Amino acid sequence: MTKTNGYNYALPFEQPVIDLDRQIETLKDRADANSYAEELAKLSESRDSLLAKLYRDLEPWDVVRVARHPDRPQTSDYISMICRDFRELHGDRHFGDDPAIITGFGRIGPHKVMIVGHEKGRTTAEKVACHFGCAHPEGYRKALLKMKLAEKFRLPIVTFIDTPGAYPGVKAEERGQAEAIAVNLREMSRLKTPIVCVVIGEGGSGGALGLGVGDRVAMLSNSWYSVISPEGCAAILWKEANEETNQAAATALSLTARDNLRHGLIDDVIEEAPGGAHRHRQQVADRIQQWLVDQIRELRRFKGQTLVRLRYEKLRRIGAVARAE
Amino acid sequence: MSQTPPRTWADVPELTARGKKAVPEGLWIQCPACSASLFRRSVESNLWVCPTCQYHFRVSATQRIEQLMDPGSFEPMNVEMAPADPLGFVDIKPYPARIKAAQKKTGQNDGVQTGLGFIKGRKVVLAAMDFTFLGGSMGSVVGEKIARAVETAEDRDLPLVIVSASGGARMMESGYSLMQMAKTSAALGRFHDAGGLFISVLTDPTTGGVTASFAMLGDVILAEPNALIGFAGPRVIEQTIRQTLPEGFQRAEFLRDCGFVDRVVPRCDLRSEISSIIDYAGK
Repeated sequence: MTKTNGYNYALPFEQPVIDLDRQIETLKDRADANSYAEELAKLSESRDSLLAKLYRDLEPWDVVRVARHPDRPQTSDYISMICRDFRELHGDRHFGDDPAIITGFGRIGPHKVMIVGHEKGRTTAEKVACHFGCAHPEGYRKALLKMKLAEKFRLPIVTFIDTPGAYPGVKAEERGQAEAIAVNLREMSRLKTPIVCVVIGEGGSGGALGLGVGDRVAMLSNSWYSVISPEGCAAILWKEANEETNQAAATALSLTARDNLRHGLIDDVIEEAPGGAHRHRQQVADRIQQWLVDQIRELRRFKGQTLVRLRYEKLRRIGAVARAE
Repeated sequence: MSQTPPRTWADVPELTARGKKAVPEGLWIQCPACSASLFRRSVESNLWVCPTCQYHFRVSATQRIEQLMDPGSFEPMNVEMAPADPLGFVDIKPYPARIKAAQKKTGQNDGVQTGLGFIKGRKVVLAAMDFTFLGGSMGSVVGEKIARAVETAEDRDLPLVIVSASGGARMMESGYSLMQMAKTSAALGRFHDAGGLFISVLTDPTTGGVTASFAMLGDVILAEPNALIGFAGPRVIEQTIRQTLPEGFQRAEFLRDCGFVDRVVPRCDLRSEISSIIDYAGK
């Protein structure tokens, strides 16, 4: 079990809460803690309301930080929390097995599904193996292979999106990163089985979309989804990525769950309790599970052909164009 | 079509007289690759390819259409479609100001021209991207025009040719741009099911979200010599791996050797190459 209280990694804006947490801990640890019960209760109350206040109006750049919190649950965590009898399936049958994308059979609620999700890794060794959640082409090809397997047996597909972006490296280019993602976009758009996607952390550009073409797409309330990371955008448009320009870019990119919902780019926001998924793992997992079960139940009523048509119509509508004067 | 004169390559210099901001002005120009001083007219008449070293200059969408299509045969579609600013995006300049500047520079509403026309007498739907318009980036307009071009090709049972030149998705439309990748790829999926022929032509540069969507989905993928083609830009990769990249990395020939491009085709052969593929695979 990983540490879940966020103490080992404090986000800058969370500092006041962390300070209160320390005070509470210190009091609790005292031998005569009982005589401070009233103060403890008061402290916890103000801590909770402070946390709620901080998380109520997070700046987009702070949302990005929460989304990247090292204790934030990942695909493997959600699998263990909401999925019974998970059977991981490895490999793309052509090149190898990319640990940056996990795929496998599992049961969620009453549904048998295929689960596909980005994995960043928790320990240093895992992170290195997963390239910090940046998949290689064989990862996207593995995902597609398993999704086609799901289609064959009419299993709904559940994807968890959590990547800074597809891996930008020499080997990834040699093995066709762009082609792998492009093929996923085309094929996901016409798989004759329900596809539901949840952005659980970072939705970084094409690497995220490569698992993100679905009938229903939701974002956790402290996740981000955009065409480029704030740093990447700042480096190009502001010519320099620093604290200030990253913040400006994060705001300009409209990358929060609420922004994406407002623009009709996603279908739902799954709310995390104040303090974020790294503090409320089980609660967030339960909400994701409930959402998935509901969506799949609804989508299963449609024939495969109908799903594909509706999915296409939904994608086809996205865009904002004007007429030239 | 009957009054169209027979096409020869001698037609090209007159036709490329307008909108060539991609290339430096002046009577003499210097080839960026071999540094030869070249008489402008001679480069023009050579389809903007250096006669000395075969360096392929970047050309605008207008020039591309003039070079590829039978003279006077191109009928543009959706020309009035222009970018909106759905996010109210402001960096150091507001997005609308960037749009206006690009429109003034190129004389185009956005970074792609689409339409119907003939290539050596074969009717096609063509889309030509314009790198001079905000780096050929794909926003809603590019995505929508490409999707409509695909649908037109499907409806009329015509081969589709897309000439890509793009730095990737357009940041100023953020999520909207990203979703154009899915939209164009999905449209190509339907076109594929309908048995349509899609010839994707990759030119310098084709990177990012355009490569990772429609550009890499051609039934046949052609590339111009030495064109930069990739997912991540070379600078990003260098920063990631912290070493300089090998010579020729992400160039057209490299992509061919890695198995992702069918043929590297010099610009002067593109017309005959495309028409020959249509004869093999078209209807």
